Amino acid sequence: MDFATLIQILDSTLRLATPLLLACLAGLFSERAGIFDIGLEGKMLMAAMASGAVAALTGSVWLGLGAGIAASLLLAALHGVASITFRGNQLISGVALNFLASGITVLVAQRLFGQGGRTPPLDGAARFQHLTLPFADAVRDVPILGPIYADLLSGHTILTYVALLAVPATAWVLYRTRFGLRLRAVGENPAAVDTAGISVVYLRYAAVAITGILCGLAGAYMATALQAGFGREMTAGRGYIALAALIFAKWRPWGALWATLLFGFFQALALRPDVAEGVAGVRIPVSLLDALPYILTVLVLAGFVGKAIPPRAGGEPYVKER
Amino acid sequence: MDKLPGWADVVLVPLISLLCAAVLSALVILAIGQDPVEALNVMVTGALGSPYGWGYTLYYATSFIFTGLAVTIAFHASLFNIGGEGQAQLGGLGVALVCLALPWPHWTVALLAASLGAALFGAAWAAIPAYLQARRGSHIVITTIMFNYIASALIVYMLVDVLRPAGQMDPATARFPAGTNLPTLDQIPGFSLIFTRTVPANVTFLVALAACVLVWALLWRTRLGYEIRAFGRSEPAARYAGINPFRIIMVTMLLSGALAGLMSINNVMGESERLVQNSTEGAGFIGIAVALMGRNHPVGVLLAALLFGFLYQGGAELGLWTSIPIELRIVVQGLVILFTGALDQMVRMLLGRLFRLRSPKAA
Repeated sequence: MDFATLIQILDSTLRLATPLLLACLAGLFSERAGIFDIGLEGKMLMAAMASGAVAALTGSVWLGLGAGIAASLLLAALHGVASITFRGNQLISGVALNFLASGITVLVAQRLFGQGGRTPPLDGAARFQHLTLPFADAVRDVPILGPIYADLLSGHTILTYVALLAVPATAWVLYRTRFGLRLRAVGENPAAVDTAGISVVYLRYAAVAITGILCGLAGAYMATALQAGFGREMTAGRGYIALAALIFAKWRPWGALWATLLFGFFQALALRPDVAEGVAGVRIPVSLLDALPYILTVLVLAGFVGKAIPPRAGGEPYVKER
Repeated sequence: MDKLPGWADVVLVPLISLLCAAVLSALVILAIGQDPVEALNVMVTGALGSPYGWGYTLYYATSFIFTGLAVTIAFHASLFNIGGEGQAQLGGLGVALVCLALPWPHWTVALLAASLGAALFGAAWAAIPAYLQARRGSHIVITTIMFNYIASALIVYMLVDVLRPAGQMDPATARFPAGTNLPTLDQIPGFSLIFTRTVPANVTFLVALAACVLVWALLWRTRLGYEIRAFGRSEPAARYAGINPFRIIMVTMLLSGALAGLMSINNVMGESERLVQNSTEGAGFIGIAVALMGRNHPVGVLLAALLFGFLYQGGAELGLWTSIPIELRIVVQGLVILFTGALDQMVRMLLGRLFRLRSPKAA
């Protein structure tokens, strides 16, 4: 594999890792607050449909983004009501919302556009354009670093940069702010937080809302940046890969970045089986590359690659003592 | 909180949940500019209005009984097996390997062998998540989700690179030999009086009914069933009573995986008669809805499976005769899971209020 191919593969790694990273950070907020969320997939799908549809109708990608976030927040609110207010089973609620999203998106898209559950192809202002970072063209000829800056880091849509910036932002919120401290505490020992006079319910709803916003960004990226429009089941299990990445990252923000980049790299390789074959020397079945994120996550879960310990109060509804 | 009377908890809660799901579905149909009454009409006529429709409804219900029982038995040990889909896909692989291995002389022998293959492969696919849960404490929900994806990748690999006969374009196995073809209901004496046209429902339906009885007997009439339920209610208590948690988790998940795998004698051996990609079509997930709706009892699972069979056949009819997309059935499925599995407390609170209104002295 030559250098140019490597840059190409890493470029698509970054492109494919963006939705994974956003969804992974989304899950991080929720799970750190003690709310399991296997509904990341559904929220992304819902956001993808809403953003694709509104962008197609209005011609404005920003309105589309807003609609995507709103749609994702709606599902997040449902998850919150079921798992916080009514203390339902968080896992089952997540599964239910995934099915709901899977069906509703096709129904609405079919009703609006009548194209078999797709939205019309987006172009121009209805899509996020690729940004060129400053001096990208000037430094392109510098050996090694030039292509890395001009071809790998530059030329992505704004959401990719937002996702990358969300990593230090998440780390800062989680470890350096009062809100973050309380959020982590509520995921480990909600009774202690309650004793300190802080509302467990408020904190958990706040966390679920942040999850909704980030999943909205991830879904909007799918429909308006990575692809040009919404198609049925277009998230194709990315919500679950993000969940896997979250475990792989042991519920930590910087870990989330590396895990999603790794899983994005597998996806990029799966698109270029010829390169994978050239490097490994034998033909690697594409299905093996598809399955690798899941296999790695199982290995992590099994404790072979360090121990992944989830937040202690995760999945348990908090019942205030009376 | 007031406790509901037992009958209300068993009968009313699922019915009210179903009603909520139905009302919301009707609103969804209205919202996409269609007529819910007409939709229901099409569904009932198409799924229940003729023996032919019943043939499809029972065919779907057969698969859902197996996956519903699989989720049920795991729920009793308070394990949430989301991996029914992957276990059923692997079961399909087992069926295909058995059916293609020998020139089977008669379907009864083939059915026995294929059931064994399906159960073994399904159980094997549940074994690793079970072991990781029992020994390493890895959350079974996450591992079974991962195993669903690994299963579908494995099946794609097997179909594309290993089992596909030379010269065939689509990723599928060869057709199974004629000796493995299961009789459909119209070929079975007695049933053939009702079913006069070829229907996909086959002899597996009777196997599914037998599985309901066996699961009931296992859970409520054997020592193992008692241990499973005791473990599910309280792990520390079960441990104190000398029940081995490792053994219970392993045995329960192996049984659960085997039941999910058995589903594939219905669709792979009984209907398509070869293994294709995504042969399960989400039936593994519907098992979750069926188990929740059926209150984790084999009788409830049977009824809920029939309901979902109706929903699936009816939904297909909607896709054919109206402009309501077939995906409506996924929406209904999601709503049923939401109301019966996650919002059940809400339904109970509502019912509790109603009961107090009716008998103020009791409150």
